Amino acid sequence: MISLRDPRVRPVVTTSVTLGFAVGVFAILFGVGAVGAGASTAQACAMSLLVFTGASQLSAVAVIAGGGSFGSALGGALVLAARNAVFGLTMSRRLTGRLPIRLIAAQLTIDESTAMATAQQDPELQRVAFWITGISVYVFWNLGTLVGALAGNAIDPKRFGLDAAIPSAFVAVLWPHLSTRRGRQAMAVGAALCVVSIPFVPIGVPVLLSSLAILVALPAPRADELGEDDHVVGELPA
Amino acid sequence: MTWGLVLALAAGAYAFKVLGLIVIGRRSLPPPLERCLALIPAAVIAAIVAKDTFSVGQHLQIDARLAGVGVAIVAAWRKMPVIVVIVAGAATTALVRQLAG
Repeated sequence: MISLRDPRVRPVVTTSVTLGFAVGVFAILFGVGAVGAGASTAQACAMSLLVFTGASQLSAVAVIAGGGSFGSALGGALVLAARNAVFGLTMSRRLTGRLPIRLIAAQLTIDESTAMATAQQDPELQRVAFWITGISVYVFWNLGTLVGALAGNAIDPKRFGLDAAIPSAFVAVLWPHLSTRRGRQAMAVGAALCVVSIPFVPIGVPVLLSSLAILVALPAPRADELGEDDHVVGELPA
Repeated sequence: MTWGLVLALAAGAYAFKVLGLIVIGRRSLPPPLERCLALIPAAVIAAIVAKDTFSVGQHLQIDARLAGVGVAIVAAWRKMPVIVVIVAGAATTALVRQLAG
């Protein structure tokens, strides 16, 4: 195991903690939104502790707040959670060890920890980056949720433009996906399917339908795409 | 919001994490399936941005949020830190709403 005093570890720690803090700010929004959607403080905190994947949590809260059903809230959130399985595939080549440790690592397998790990060259540093980022984001995400849930009723999210904060954050997350042609196609088709279906199907279903856009990747890649990274990893949020 | 939803989501989300990291692990999937799965974040997150920008419930609506998200896109394009992108989007929306309302 690499020493935490190793000079190469310091920049990884700095970046991980900064990233965790930014996610914590985002978690405040989640806490505010969850309470606004009728969740109790305990429910909001339990979600962050147990579910721990931001986009799914936000999506479930948004569907409930919009008057959607249990099924559409759960379905949309689980479609988003499926990407953590993809990140798990990426990380499984780097995280070895005993099963109990890997079961803990599984809970921390999210966008940020995967992104930070895959940004390192050295296998030992990849493991360190995964754990430090995962733990940092977990701590800040849960602290932020608690703060947001407690402040929730005192804040009118629209007054501060907080309803636009979440799509803005997702814009930042999407940026790395613009680098591949298939990523751009999936984004365009996914967004179009969603907007076109909004007036006609129940709340939460349009986001589910958008996942059909992944079918743009069915044809074999063209020769000029073979060098492109198949596992583009977002930077934020969980 | 119900405890049932919280727990069902917790179980489902953890199942996906374990599925990728431990169950499938280092086994490789058919290439077309891997290519498709890799696009889930792009497709689904783009849809959420579109929904949060253009809709209220089941109605499509253009309002101050579009200005905010537009500014966020410019900030992301200028490679600003994520926190700047978020604040710029929210602040622009609040400002436009204030001016219009």
